[in-house]
Amino acid sequence: MQPLVISRFSVVNSLGAGSAAMLRALREKRSGLAPCGFETARIDTYVGMVPALDDLRVRPDLQDYDCRNNRLAQLCLEQDGFAREIAAARDRYGAGRIGLYLGTSTSGLHTTELAYRRRDPKTGALPADYRYAKTQNAYSLGEFVRCYLGLSGPGFVVSSACSSSAKVLGNAARMIAAGVCDAAVVGGVDSLCLMTLYGFHSLGLTSAGPCRPYDVDRDGISIGEGGGFALIERADRVEPGAILLLGVGESSDAYHMSTPHPEGLGARMAMQQALDSAGLDPSDIDYVNLHGTATKSNDASEDKAVFEVFGGQTPCSSTKGATGHLLGAAGITEAIVSILAIEHGFLPGSANTRSVDPALKSNYLLENKQAKVSRALSNSFGFGGSNCSLVLGVAQ
Amino acid sequence: MRVFVEGVGLLGPGLQGWKAARRILAGEEPFRSASTIIAASELLPPAERRRTPVPVKLALAVGQEAFENAGRDAASTATVFTSSSGEGETLHQMCETLASEEREVSPTRFHNSVHNAAAGYWSIATRSREASTSLCAYDASFGAGLIEAMTQVVSLRKAVALIAYDQPYPEPLHSARPLLASFGAALVLTPEASGRTSATFELELLPGEEKPARMSDSALEELRLGIPAARALPLLEALARKTQSDVVLDFLTETRLRVSVNPC
Repeated sequence: MQPLVISRFSVVNSLGAGSAAMLRALREKRSGLAPCGFETARIDTYVGMVPALDDLRVRPDLQDYDCRNNRLAQLCLEQDGFAREIAAARDRYGAGRIGLYLGTSTSGLHTTELAYRRRDPKTGALPADYRYAKTQNAYSLGEFVRCYLGLSGPGFVVSSACSSSAKVLGNAARMIAAGVCDAAVVGGVDSLCLMTLYGFHSLGLTSAGPCRPYDVDRDGISIGEGGGFALIERADRVEPGAILLLGVGESSDAYHMSTPHPEGLGARMAMQQALDSAGLDPSDIDYVNLHGTATKSNDASEDKAVFEVFGGQTPCSSTKGATGHLLGAAGITEAIVSILAIEHGFLPGSANTRSVDPALKSNYLLENKQAKVSRALSNSFGFGGSNCSLVLGVAQ
Repeated sequence: MRVFVEGVGLLGPGLQGWKAARRILAGEEPFRSASTIIAASELLPPAERRRTPVPVKLALAVGQEAFENAGRDAASTATVFTSSSGEGETLHQMCETLASEEREVSPTRFHNSVHNAAAGYWSIATRSREASTSLCAYDASFGAGLIEAMTQVVSLRKAVALIAYDQPYPEPLHSARPLLASFGAALVLTPEASGRTSATFELELLPGEEKPARMSDSALEELRLGIPAARALPLLEALARKTQSDVVLDFLTETRLRVSVNPC
């Protein structure tokens, strides 16, 4: 594919608001995970929460969209000068020439969970103030951000579980290549809700402690909430040092709805396709940000796939011990971690992981490392066997 | 953007499969509304067949018909799923459980609740490891799927199946988001002509002031307006009539899609 420039990005999660806060936390190997105190959830697990959301309200003119997920979206749009940069891009391209491709797995589902507690005892009806379209529907996020940023180009929401906000970079790349738009805002937002907490718990996939990716004693995920956005533009005039989207690979496992392929077949295909679309060899990659959820099965199958593609030398790590699993926002968040790795020559060590599972063969980083990163690959895999790998780099 | 149409699948009230429904859409037979009949997919092993929610069965059924008509191998074809409603029954059951004292949700129900459940079951059923995505754009979901599928065909030079589907919600969600009926439509789109090609689509974006095409039959027009996936009907009508036509499709408020349909 033609490389594209990632000219601006913003991020929010339990590590803090803005990319500087996230970088600082990663450098300090700080984890945002804490015992679950979300709403009325009574589950013995840790979560990565964004506490500011409880008191935040969305912009008054968009108040019908007010829900935890859109509050998080707004908080994220206000970081790193992102909204301001989009306003400038709007002047440059025209609002109708900027596409909008966002990922989420549960959108404003928590609003529906709360509404189901307030059903009419006689009729069973949901309360009159329940707003399905502007909160629950997966596109609520897309429409809210579209209105917030004043964009009117072609757009939609991708909801393919935990690969959602990695895949949107592929949508943007194809839309720009086909001339549907000249630039695109991509990203993803997912916020805590009871469905994911109780759902992952029912599958036996949540850890009772903070998650420990690649650890010999790993026993499940910690769910987090977070958001990330990026502006993607054509690489017509690239300045040295510009961050580039170089490759995208997407595949399906065709194996199971909630368990990854044991040999990591789909994961391997996604990584290989991402390298192929970037025209790169595995040896060109300096750092791999793993999906690394800390379930027994994910880390084992991903390790097989990574080892097969990269061998045992390429440094890799999961940052989910720091952020938790951000589900539909994991892809964009970890793409941004990879960008920070490139910009700062900083390879994050794995928070909370104590001793790496000796059965896993990749070069897994427990400690932070300073090294030149010219190109990084980021993995995101999801339920339904949906896999996506991204290759990011820097213009020389 | 130009693509070739190789296969069509359709399931809706009184539109029981593309082969039967095309005569209705071509105006050769009258439209009579009836409940959409959604059979369990024989693509899935029996154990999985029982566990699949209705929207998944609907998506698999129209997808399968489109591939049969295209004579193409689903295992080697990428897919774009699009749905406004997603997994309504599962969402309802999960929310009921979470509003109860016990909160003991079913693990199967949880993994069936994802918007890409249909895509996941499809890839298991067809053994396709190709790329697949699952989109939503509320009432604009069909347009979103069409533009994404056509963009993939053009930029990757590969065949892509578009599978659009919507299943009405149970109460109390139905009152908050009424959808008229079950409706699914699928198109196998290719970058080059094949022996099974029936038409070409050329896509252009238009400003939102353009009026979307309406169905001349008032009952079909009611379907088009009442179900996001049924926004595909004017396009399917053009395919059924086998005449050159420019169809303006509903998309986002500021954008319409004009598809020039050329039979071949």
